[in-house]
Order: sequence, then structure tokens, then C-alpha cells
Amino acid sequence: MSAPVLIEALRITKAFGSMRAVDDVSLTIRPATFHAIVGENGAGKSTLVKCLLGFQSSDAGEIRVDNQLYTMASPGDARRLGMGMVFQHFTLVPSLTVAENLSLARPDLPAIIHWDQHHSRIAEFLGHAPFKVDLDRRVAHLAAGEKQKVEILKQLYLATRILILDEPTSVLTPAEADEVLGVLRGMVDAGKLSVVMITHKLREVMQFADEVTILRRGRCVGHAMVRDMTVPRLAELMVGESKPQEEIEKTTPVSSSGPALHVRDLEVRGDNGLPAVRRLSLAVNPGEILGIAGVSGNGQKELVQAIGGQRPIESGDILVGGRNFHPSRNAIRESGLFTLPEEPLQNATVPGMSVAENLALRKFDRFPIAKAGFLLDRVALMESAREAIRTFSIRPPSPRVPIRSLSGGNVQRAVLARDLGSGDARIVVVSNPCFGLDFAASAFVHNHLMELRNRGGSVLLASAHLAEVLKLADRIVVMSGGEIVYETLRAHLDMSVIGRHMGGHAAA
Amino acid sequence: MQAEGAAVSGIAVALAGGAIRGSIPYIFVSLGECLTEKSGRINLGMEGVLLMGAMTAFGISDWSGSPWLGVLTAAAVGALLGLLHAGLTELPRVNDVAAGIAMIVFGSGLAFFFGKRFVAPMAPQLPVIDFGGWSSDPAIHSALRISPLFFLGIAGAFTLHYVLANTRWGLRVLAVGDAPEAARSMGISIRNKRMVATVIGASLAAVGGAHLTLYFPGIWSEGISGGQGLMAVALVIFARWSPRRCLAAALLFGAAQALGPSLQTAGITGYYHLFNASPYLLTLIVMIASCSHRKTLTGMPGALAAARG
Repeated sequence: MSAPVLIEALRITKAFGSMRAVDDVSLTIRPATFHAIVGENGAGKSTLVKCLLGFQSSDAGEIRVDNQLYTMASPGDARRLGMGMVFQHFTLVPSLTVAENLSLARPDLPAIIHWDQHHSRIAEFLGHAPFKVDLDRRVAHLAAGEKQKVEILKQLYLATRILILDEPTSVLTPAEADEVLGVLRGMVDAGKLSVVMITHKLREVMQFADEVTILRRGRCVGHAMVRDMTVPRLAELMVGESKPQEEIEKTTPVSSSGPALHVRDLEVRGDNGLPAVRRLSLAVNPGEILGIAGVSGNGQKELVQAIGGQRPIESGDILVGGRNFHPSRNAIRESGLFTLPEEPLQNATVPGMSVAENLALRKFDRFPIAKAGFLLDRVALMESAREAIRTFSIRPPSPRVPIRSLSGGNVQRAVLARDLGSGDARIVVVSNPCFGLDFAASAFVHNHLMELRNRGGSVLLASAHLAEVLKLADRIVVMSGGEIVYETLRAHLDMSVIGRHMGGHAAA
Repeated sequence: MQAEGAAVSGIAVALAGGAIRGSIPYIFVSLGECLTEKSGRINLGMEGVLLMGAMTAFGISDWSGSPWLGVLTAAAVGALLGLLHAGLTELPRVNDVAAGIAMIVFGSGLAFFFGKRFVAPMAPQLPVIDFGGWSSDPAIHSALRISPLFFLGIAGAFTLHYVLANTRWGLRVLAVGDAPEAARSMGISIRNKRMVATVIGASLAAVGGAHLTLYFPGIWSEGISGGQGLMAVALVIFARWSPRRCLAAALLFGAAQALGPSLQTAGITGYYHLFNASPYLLTLIVMIASCSHRKTLTGMPGALAAARG
């Protein structure tokens, strides 16, 4: 087992068209250290490590290995140095077992596999491995945390000495994240591994990393030892001069006039035909944000889809203002219950239609855009679109381009402009609204939700990011296995209890 | 009483023999389709491939006098059609289902065009293996005259199962079909794996076609496939993408197909056409049962599930 080597990336530049994704950035990975790369979305973190690993060729700059110039032309070159990457999305094959997935990654896999021999070889490797997983389980049946462990095991099984992780904890509970990163930290301390971790979670940087490099808009804006760093300083470097948007505070108390949205004994099936939401009941009051915390895949998506009418309901009721709610176009308009599903481009827009048309989806059949009830007034449509683009600063400000050509943050802005901009929304059901958005865009979304709440609106917020739930919610419920397993007021919150319930290990 | 018993056992024997006979095209087409779909692509063009296989095998057997050469040539022609489908699907913005439907039209049109001259004669047939020698009952005798392709098909099912589970190539095909992005990140070529799987798959289906014309009564006609190439696609869904279950499902479809003729041999001629429709009915039931949008089927390759939304 050889020790990790010293890798230096010097003055790397990579441009896509006229946009410099990485601009003159240097990065040194010292043997057996834990190096964090932080930055907002689009800061160039992923591009930098992809150049480092030979997934992308850089336009300028060089890579040195143990002070020797090295050509990193393909992922194979990086592999030979013992460099391996755990991607943001899983690279496991769901229908195969853990053992098959581990084997599949090996370049020296024989043409005919004798599973009993192979199995004992993997079992032997697992004997020294930091995580224990059942080799014969299919990956499809593993929870997100276990999958992430298998991803890391796969790299270790490939004899990776320099492990690069892209947002490794985004799908994990805080406890799982600590476990995984703690184990890696231990391997670094033992001199077996160098770790480079891309993240935006500053807590993890402070807790686990030795060194941190901060990128902003493709440029390196800071590099320091973590022990010389503080969280506020890190955040400041990440966001830069532009002052972070002012955050709107809660100004009004939660109304006690009875729930605006009431879900009673709801049962919904998932894509696999199995129950995903089990006899779930919840109520959201006017002027309240109810946060649903939980690891994704515990029924939150199905719950939001069921309320929004995207998924049939097996049994139970959805009541708005005490009356049964069936999401027809009229009922949505009358009740003001709008759903903002996750991945808005796929779920809340028609990607091929223009920004203006998407902005008008809720009102194209009403005056002033519809004349005489059926004629579309293109002039009025453009007019209202321009106004929405202006007030929600959608970029680029061109109403005619297809909405799918917009960045994720701007698609979300457009959806917010459509659903919250009119003031018709009284109840908003929203799922992971900031997925893939950077600081500024997230703050924008949060402010709009908070504003709605302060106006006396109700928000049901399902988010896999606990921090988001904690920041916004008045009351928090934890979903696990399709049920609400815990409920608390924000004010009485106990982090360790929440974490335990999220992991499904609630004390009986 | 005794006569009734004889009739029932007569039907059973005829049904068993018919199931074995009728299952052979289903076995080959479904194994081919199973492999293709495991790689993450659907080849609906199997009906065209089946007809081309049937016509080619017949023509070559007639021309050369060797039915086995006919089978081999059919396999080669099937591979070419598979290559065409794979090539078309690799083009940007070409959908595999649409390409498959085009292949049905193309394959059957080509088969009918070249097959015109073969409508009358009878080509040399594949030898049959006689398992019924011990019995004096002519019904059993004829039921147990089994085509060697049946055993090839059984071997094919087990081989395919082994290849998918125990070889590097098989594992990579499964990866490409279930999680293309993951496969790409491991440096596995999606295009190559799908190309090879489609070519082998179509080649297998063409062998199924050869059975249609090189087994009793051994004639070529345009209606010879009766949509079996399409029904095999439903069969693969019914078999949950498992080669060994394809074998069982093919026997079931074969039996359904033999139901009408078996009853007829026993003298039950009422509703003859209705019984003959049973494989289609079975297909319909399978499709209705499996097309519920509420669930994704277990065993379905991920790339197919994604494509069907």
C-alpha cells in the first residue's frame, strides 16, 4: 500500500466559450491532508477537480506530481496515480448487488467472473474497510447514506490514495455525514489517504478539513489553514463584496384561527406501487411555515405531489379552509393553493415554451391576457412577462427565449414570479426550493416565502436541507418512512433529537 | 367415460406438443429482446427480423439443400438488421421505439419482396429429434417430434442468464441498461454495449424465424409470423426481464397458441377462432396488467423506465 503523492495544479484556466469557469487557479494537495474547496454554485469547483482528474482538459496551466510535470490527459492517467472521485450523483448500478458494483469498477475484472473466489476477495477487503455493508444487497434497496458509503468503499477498493469528493454529504443526515467524514479523517490521520472535498457546508470544513481553498466566479479568492479560519470569514470570502441580501424576519405571530391547509390520514403510493405516505396528517395555520425535515426519499416528494394533484391519493382528505380540495384549475385559483415542486424545470414549467408563456401559465385564460375568454393577447402577455422579469430580476431579461435555456436559479425565479408575484397565493406547498441554487438565489427564495408568511399566508416546506427548515419554519415535523415521526416548535428544538428521528433511529 | 378420458389426455398431449413447437419462436425472439432491453434499448422491430429470418432460412435451405445453412444465414441477416436498428438509434434525436416500428415495416416488406418466389415450394426441413418412439400412440408420437432448435433455445436461455450474471461483458451490459450515467463514469462505452446487444438480440430473433419455415409443414407464407415478434416484447415484460423466466413464458404463449388446434384435433371445433386468438388475448392481459402507471416494474432496466417516464 503506497502513500499518497503530492499533487500540484498550477495556474489552471478553463473556459467554456467566453465564460472562464476556472481562471488562473492553483491548488496543492499535500500527502495525507484533508483539503476543502468551497464556493457558491458556478464558482468553478467541479470544473477545477475535473481538470485535475483528466475528465476535462484545461486551457492553460500544468499539473505536477511529486514536483514532476505530469500530463493528465484522461481519467486513466489520474487513476494510475491513485486518484479517484466520488461524484455528486451516485455512480452505482441500482439493480446490481454491492459486490457486483464493487467488482464492476475494477479495471482488472476477468472476462468470466467466479463469484465465490471474487466474493471472498471482496470480503477480505471489507475486513479492513472502515464501513460495513452487506455485499449481497441490491444497491436499489440501500438508503442514501449506505449508497454513499458504497461509493467511498468502491474508491478504496480501487486502491484510491487521493480521494476527491463532490458535495459528499448533500444526501446524508448530519449524523451520517459526521460518521463518513470522521472515518475519512481517520484514514487521513493514519497517512493512508489524501482527501479533497468540494462542499458548501462550512461546518464540515471547520470540523474535518486541514486546508481550505475558496473559489468565487472561477477565481481563487483565498487559501488558508482551517485552524486560522473562522466561519464568518469563510462565508465572506465565498460571497464576496456584494453584500448578502438582507434577510426578512418573522414579523407576525402565527394565527390561531384554524388551519388553512389540513391533510387528514393521507395515503399515497410511490412509483414502485408501495405505500410512500402512510396515514399522514398535518395542518398548516395562516401565517405559519411548517417545515418537513427528513432524509429525501421518505415520502416528502410523494406528499407534495399528492397535494399538488400530480399523484393519485389512495385514501384520506386534503382540506383547504375546511373544505375538500381537488386540484382542478378552478379550485387552485379559488383556494390560492399553489405547489412549487422540486426540479422546477421538469415539474413546474413547459421547458420548450418561452419565458413569457411560462410566466402566464396560471393566467393565460383570464383577462387581461385572454380577450373574450378565449383569444390570447400576445401584447398583454409580453407586457406582463416584462414586468415579472423586471421585478424578479430574471436573467437574461428576454421573455421570448425558451425557459429551459435559463440557469436553474433563474428558472426558480421565473416560477416564483408566476406563483408568488401575483399575490394570489395564500397557501404554498414547496419542495426543496433551493436545490442547486447559490447563496443569493436561495436568499431570494427564502425571502419570498417569509414575506408570504408575514402576509398571513401558509407555507408547507419540505426540504432535505435541515438548515433551510431550521431557518424558515415556525414548526417542524420529521418525516421518516412515509410517516410523521416527530413534531416540535422551532423554539423548542433539540438538534440531536431531530437527527435521531431523521435517521429513523428514534428512541422508542 | 373412457372415451372422454381419452379425449382429455389427447388434448393434453397435443397441447404439450403444441406448446413446445409454438414456443420456439417466442423463446428466441424474447431472449433477443431481453438482451437488447437489458442494455437499455427497445427493439420493436423484432417482427420484421422474425419474418426476414423465416424467409432467409427458407430460401437458403431451398437453394443449398442444407437447412442448417439456412439457420446460420438467417442469424447473419438478423445481425445485419440489428446493426441497422442500432445504427439508426445512435443518430441524434432518433427514438428507439420509432426506429423499431420502421424496422417492422422495412423487415416485413423486404421479406415479402424476396419471398414472393418461395410461396409455392417446400424447402428441406431441419431434422427432428424423435422422443416418442416408445409409444404406439400416434398422437404422442407426433407431439414428441421435437425440433433441435427447442434445445438450442433452452441452452440459449441458460447461457444468457450465465453471461449476464457471471461475465464482465454481461455485468457491463446490465450497468449500461440500468444506470447509463454510472456506466459512463466508469469508462464503459454505452454505444458499444448497446450496439452489440442489439445485434446479438436481432440475430437470435432471426433464428426464431428460421423455425417457422424449417419445421413442419415447412412452407413460407407472408402471414407466417402472426405477430409473434411483437408479442414477444410483451412476453419479456411478463418475464420481468429474466432469461430463464422468458423460457417459461414462451412455453405459456406457445401453449396458448396451441389451444385452438389441440381442441380441434380432439374434435372440439366450436369457437375455433376464439381459441386461436388466445395468445393475443394473453398479450393484451399482460400489457394491461403491466402498464399501470402507478408502479415501475421490478427488474425493469433503469434506462427503459426513464424513457417511459
